[in-house]
Amino acid sequence: MKYEMVAGFETHVELSTNTKIFCSCTTQFGGEPNTHCCPVCIGLPGTLPKLNKRVVEYAIKAGLATNCEIAEISKMDRKNYCYPDLPKAYQISQFDKPLCEHGYIPLSNGRKIRLTRIHIEEDAGKLVHSRGNTLVDYNRGGVPLIEIVSEPDIRSIDEAREYVEKLQLIMRYIGVSDCKMQEGSMRCDVNISVRPVGSERLGTRTEIKNMNSITFIAKAMEYEFNRQVDLLESGEKVVQETLRYDDVTNTTSSMRGKEDANDYRYFRDPDLVTINVPRERVEEIKKTLPELPIAKQQRYIDELGLPETDAALLTKYRKIAEFYEKAIEGTKNPKTAANFIIGQIFSSLENESEKEQFNIKITPEALSELIKLIDSGKIRMNLAKSTLDKMLETGKKPSELLSDSDLAGLDENTFNELCQKAVESNPGAVADYKNGKQKAVKALVGFVMKNSRGKADALKAEKKIIEIIG
Amino acid sequence: MNKSKIASLHDMLQNKEISCAELTEKYIEAIDRDNGSLNAYVTVTPETAMESAKTVDKKIADGKEIGLLEGIPMTLKDNISTDGIKTTCCSKILEDYVPIYDATVWDILKKQNAVLLGKTNMDEFAMGSSCETSYFGGAKNPHSLSHVAGGSSGGVASAVGGNIAVYGLGSDTGGSIRQPASFCGIVGLKPTYGAVSRYGLIAYASSFDQIGPITTSVEDAAAVFDAISLHDERDSTSQGRRGAPVCSTLKDGVKGTKIGIAKEYLESLRDDVKKAVLDAAEVYKSLGAEIVYFDLPALKFALPVYYILACAEASSNLGRYDGIRYGFKADNYLNVNDMIKKTRSQGFGEEVKKRILLGTYVLSSGYYDAYYKKAQNLRGTIVNAFKDAFTKCDVILAPTVPMTAFENGHAADDPIETYMTDICTVPVNIAGLPAVSLPCGADDKGLPIGMQLIGNTFDESAILRAAYSYENATDMYRTADFGVRP
Repeated sequence: MKYEMVAGFETHVELSTNTKIFCSCTTQFGGEPNTHCCPVCIGLPGTLPKLNKRVVEYAIKAGLATNCEIAEISKMDRKNYCYPDLPKAYQISQFDKPLCEHGYIPLSNGRKIRLTRIHIEEDAGKLVHSRGNTLVDYNRGGVPLIEIVSEPDIRSIDEAREYVEKLQLIMRYIGVSDCKMQEGSMRCDVNISVRPVGSERLGTRTEIKNMNSITFIAKAMEYEFNRQVDLLESGEKVVQETLRYDDVTNTTSSMRGKEDANDYRYFRDPDLVTINVPRERVEEIKKTLPELPIAKQQRYIDELGLPETDAALLTKYRKIAEFYEKAIEGTKNPKTAANFIIGQIFSSLENESEKEQFNIKITPEALSELIKLIDSGKIRMNLAKSTLDKMLETGKKPSELLSDSDLAGLDENTFNELCQKAVESNPGAVADYKNGKQKAVKALVGFVMKNSRGKADALKAEKKIIEIIG
Repeated sequence: MNKSKIASLHDMLQNKEISCAELTEKYIEAIDRDNGSLNAYVTVTPETAMESAKTVDKKIADGKEIGLLEGIPMTLKDNISTDGIKTTCCSKILEDYVPIYDATVWDILKKQNAVLLGKTNMDEFAMGSSCETSYFGGAKNPHSLSHVAGGSSGGVASAVGGNIAVYGLGSDTGGSIRQPASFCGIVGLKPTYGAVSRYGLIAYASSFDQIGPITTSVEDAAAVFDAISLHDERDSTSQGRRGAPVCSTLKDGVKGTKIGIAKEYLESLRDDVKKAVLDAAEVYKSLGAEIVYFDLPALKFALPVYYILACAEASSNLGRYDGIRYGFKADNYLNVNDMIKKTRSQGFGEEVKKRILLGTYVLSSGYYDAYYKKAQNLRGTIVNAFKDAFTKCDVILAPTVPMTAFENGHAADDPIETYMTDICTVPVNIAGLPAVSLPCGADDKGLPIGMQLIGNTFDESAILRAAYSYENATDMYRTADFGVRP
């Protein structure tokens, strides 16, 4: 029997607000243990939370960017459970009135992954095990999170990968999170089940907790899919349970069964007032959203005539797209700038993180200046390329790197003289050409190019040389 | 006619009839002498008090005007956080806990150079009506040491009633300011929910808790209320007082005021209490107020609604006492879960455990709808019933407690009956309304009887005006044989 994967994601994304969700402590990652803390975020008796308005704004942005409806009235609830990293013994979260609902993420295969909800909540602290002791660091406690819950709409590992990547891309674009999985600012719980292809019924699911890399998500899902299929094939049942994934052995193991599930005793947090989101506020926030990567990519294809791969590469990081759009202002050929960025500029960057930062020495205006010189025929591609290398190295503008003679262009007489000289000083090549070796003319063109310092038009030169040879 | 103690002491200080240090010294001496009998204070802070007193004396010596509350010796219930001073909630679990920040109310009063004499006794985590669930033993009634001061703010009431503090701040979740004030023959004001910041008040039931003054006169209660009823950024549910200071209209009288009496409040009262309240209605009539009678059938839901919702919130609020960060920690444990279990088992008293269990139960899946949700809905019914009542009257007159102070040990012997005695006080907390309790007589043993005036939300001025008018027209205060003599 053939089986199909059915998966849904619960994704925690740390919001990049400067301060925590219920106090004014910094949200900065790291720091000496328990230094980013105050009476409120360590839950000292008598303290009260105060909702950070920026958190609500960021969550609404995330909701709008993922096609959600934004609730006009929302509230905070307490999720009660006892664990040393949770200093109040409850997490302030949202239960039945989340801020955002009914969104979706479109995939490249045309399918939509529906989002059930996005809600805001506080992060917990961290246990640190050292020399047989367990210590608690509450620096992360109270850092704002959004939890993005999808419907079980994911049918393959490729879809899962694309879903997570798209979420990451969108959240980074709208500036609400850096989504660094390795630092834990984006973490996924994967709910996964299998069913015979064609069946409409959902199988029993398991939940793989706290995945912090796309590679591991893919591996864990593959392992879990096979495990569940094997169980069903051998007539056994899948047990509903929570699993952890071990990336060393590439296996999943049980954390707790259904019967051990916590009863969180959710109830409204009486310390916090109703969150009212007037419609005008939603409209205001909507206006601050940048063009989203998926729309941008399509626009690059439709309006700028870029190939899909170029459009995808240029829109992957917001800073690159912004650079690109400035660089093509007033230039004639958007593809030229795309080539420069994807080619020379990308190869000057070591990794994805550098691409995302896009801290390069040149300004988009400088690249634009270079392209305009090409557009106007003042310099040729070869010279442009070597100039760009120098620009990337020194941060100088084309006008600072190119001499007057570089920019002077090549007058007709000098061009004709150079072609004549090429023929005269390369008798061997001329002889070869005459003997039917068509390619020999390239050497003569090369002579012209070299001696004109790249300013000559190679096609024109070839024509002229053939004419001279007769 | 009952004079404002704060105002007369203020005048004495300002006119240099007594220095603040001398006044403070007198109170500290009285505490040394009488606290052994009253058990009102669980922590005495003479150094802090003398330090503030000296600041005030310097100001007076410099010829400066001092504020009304400046230099007045006072106390705080031991669930109000004080930076550097133990705040125990009278629980073993917080026996040695010292906060690192001040509650907003203390922050306000400290800046006005209030003289803090110490922290006062209470039922453990404010759960109780006799002060006897305190880990340090109950506070005694200054009118009879064989009777309780009431609870949960029993220590404040005992100290103020016994004049070992001029005034104090208590907290009222289901009657914890008004009931002990009534038992001790003094004034207790439970403000509108949100009028006074809860920041720094160690929570029992967050949607009910409210800090308020316990004083020996209505005028003093009004003065302290005016001082502390400020909006606080740190408490989202805080709004501060609405309108002018209540002191400005305190003496405007009750002519034309409609005073409502709901028959449900007069059911199952002791006869002497009922008579005292009805006599008070006659006093109001004579002062030109109009008495209107109506029914408030929703009141029959009040006790179960209160105990379900308050315990639910408490079960969550008290989850944090796990021995990890502060407070008591059990010895000899196997692992972290065992440590938390033992810490909580050994650190909490019986009443607290009972309420945590009850609260956990009513929130657990499968029971949530039958208890918590139903109680929430009925809370709405009670809120609306009061709204409706205030279309018929300006203030509601009711007894504070159906009886007078219990004998020591009675609450533990009959816990259900003790829960029932909250019947008159809890509806106000459920609806978030303001109410003030003041003495309106005494029983045959000489124990004070209290009545309360309940107002519409943020209408403290109406109840305090009515309370002042009554106080001014009668003489119901009895001096106890303790404390500083004038």
